[in-house]
Amino acid sequence: MARGRGLLAALASIPVTLFGLVLVTFLIGRVMPIDPVLAMVGDNAPAAVVARARLELGLDKPLPEQFAIYVGRLAHGQLGSSIATGNPVTADIARFFPATLELATVALIVVLGVGVPLGVLAASRQGSWVDQVVRVVCLSGSSIPVFVLALVALLVFYATLGWAPGPGRQDVVFQDSVPPRTGLLLVDAALAHDWDSLHDAARHIVLPALVLAALNTANVARMTRAFMLDALASEYITTARAKGLSAARILWRHAFGNILVRLITVVALAYAGLLEGAVLTETVFSWPGLGQYLTGSLLNADMNAVLGATLVVGVTYVLLNMAADLLYKALDPRVT
Amino acid sequence: MNTAWLLTDEPMSRSQAAWGRRYRLWLQFRRNPMAMAGLIVAVLLVVLSLAAPLLATDDPAVQSLRERLQPPSAAHWLGTDELGRDVYSRLLFGGRVTLGMVVSIVLLVAPFGLVVGCVAGYAGGVVDRVMMRVTDIFLAFPQLILALAFVAALKPGVTSTVLAIALTAWPPYARLARAETLGYRQTDFVAAIRLTGASPGRVVLRHIVPLCLQSLVVRVTLDMSTIILTAAGLGFLGLGAQPPSPEWGAMIATARRFILEQWWVPVAPGAAIFAASLAFNLLGDGLRDVLDPKAGQ
Repeated sequence: MARGRGLLAALASIPVTLFGLVLVTFLIGRVMPIDPVLAMVGDNAPAAVVARARLELGLDKPLPEQFAIYVGRLAHGQLGSSIATGNPVTADIARFFPATLELATVALIVVLGVGVPLGVLAASRQGSWVDQVVRVVCLSGSSIPVFVLALVALLVFYATLGWAPGPGRQDVVFQDSVPPRTGLLLVDAALAHDWDSLHDAARHIVLPALVLAALNTANVARMTRAFMLDALASEYITTARAKGLSAARILWRHAFGNILVRLITVVALAYAGLLEGAVLTETVFSWPGLGQYLTGSLLNADMNAVLGATLVVGVTYVLLNMAADLLYKALDPRVT
Repeated sequence: MNTAWLLTDEPMSRSQAAWGRRYRLWLQFRRNPMAMAGLIVAVLLVVLSLAAPLLATDDPAVQSLRERLQPPSAAHWLGTDELGRDVYSRLLFGGRVTLGMVVSIVLLVAPFGLVVGCVAGYAGGVVDRVMMRVTDIFLAFPQLILALAFVAALKPGVTSTVLAIALTAWPPYARLARAETLGYRQTDFVAAIRLTGASPGRVVLRHIVPLCLQSLVVRVTLDMSTIILTAAGLGFLGLGAQPPSPEWGAMIATARRFILEQWWVPVAPGAAIFAASLAFNLLGDGLRDVLDPKAGQ
């Protein structure tokens, strides 16, 4: 009973948080010093045109009413048009978001594949030199600015060693060679059985994905280590040892098996962090994703695009966190 | 140095006991070589930034187009940038910008979060629920994205960067302080203070806030590296400190074109950001081991 109520409370908080998110983005859009009317009609427009545009945008109405209109439009999936591209912001986002999603997903695989084993390893040798090395590597990993790492990676692996292809999602030859179905190039190329294109896309994603993964791998390894130490210190582990079970079985089946639920939260947080980190990685690697769209729009003072992109990333972030919270509550019987 | 006064088991006064405790923590902290390295580098960074006018070999703003993009030499220890400015001198002055931003953000954020958290935790009920809901909304946003949107609305620059990061950085402090306050609210000593007729404000400010300071310090130190990285990231995107300011992120942004030929121009400020951020991470990690052993494990 109490558990069900906890889940309900968590579910009920989602709309409140989302509403707050929308309100904050709306307010950011209203306090900006750039006049949206002038940005639309130009500085030299006659007063009558300015006044009419103001009326059309609904800017003569009181703030709460403007907010209501904004929410109403959102409910219909309208985010306004981008000044720079002329397209509806939703169309732009639909085009750019898959690239970010693809990059973050590949990075997540790296994060989990490296971070979790590293954390388990460090915990199993607590206090040894292995633990110390992992600790230093993790602290360094979370201290490097992702854009510096990206620049250095390009310098070393692209310019000096020639192992990696240059920036971008694909070589020019392959551009638009596969029909977009999901927007995820790796998936689209595989669906089209275009193996050359798939190979090229895979080559291009490796370096940015590794760079993006660095910071989050460090975090995941630290969390995994902490959880594992927690689990290894419990009494059932002592019992398992007394029973004479092998060290590997105790480590992986008994200790690790019991932290899996807690790791779900970490994975969701890491994924959310990757989406955020993609903004900086994308600018360096000219990756045509939402991050590049967002920063490009920022520099153009393209406010509809900025707020739309912020909202989409924010909502994804909130939903990921909430999903982790709900899963955790649903799977761990001790949490009420 | 005679430390008997500090290490005695029978302190004669409150201050002696307090200093004795601090000294013991310091002894414990000193045994951790990595934390000490962090402390030394952090102190060094502060000293270098403060003494920048004395240590700089050139004026960070003076251009000399004939000497552009030179490799490191005796005249220019870290070479020159695309306008012939001395990279070493610019790094020193850039440290002032970065550390200045970090200090202002922390001074804005930590007290605010502390008060919000302590008041919410101590008051409980509706006050608590409303304050924590607001905190959650800010916590739900990805920090860099929210900061980006704020800066875009306010117009790029150092002040907006400070405000934007501060706006997005306070919620964790509020959560932390609230959790601690909840732990103290029902204790006997708080009940005793209340019995003496102390007002809620006095209980919170004089008795609960000081107890929360310790974990706050750990959190602040660990957060400094995140703040440095976010500020540099904003600078890199062209939304933070504006050129010709020698802010490290902005320096990298203008120098990234030269990464393939004159790699030291962007890499030098990159290394500075890394060193500063790592120093605070190591320091915070060591502090946590000493002050808050449970959290670090």
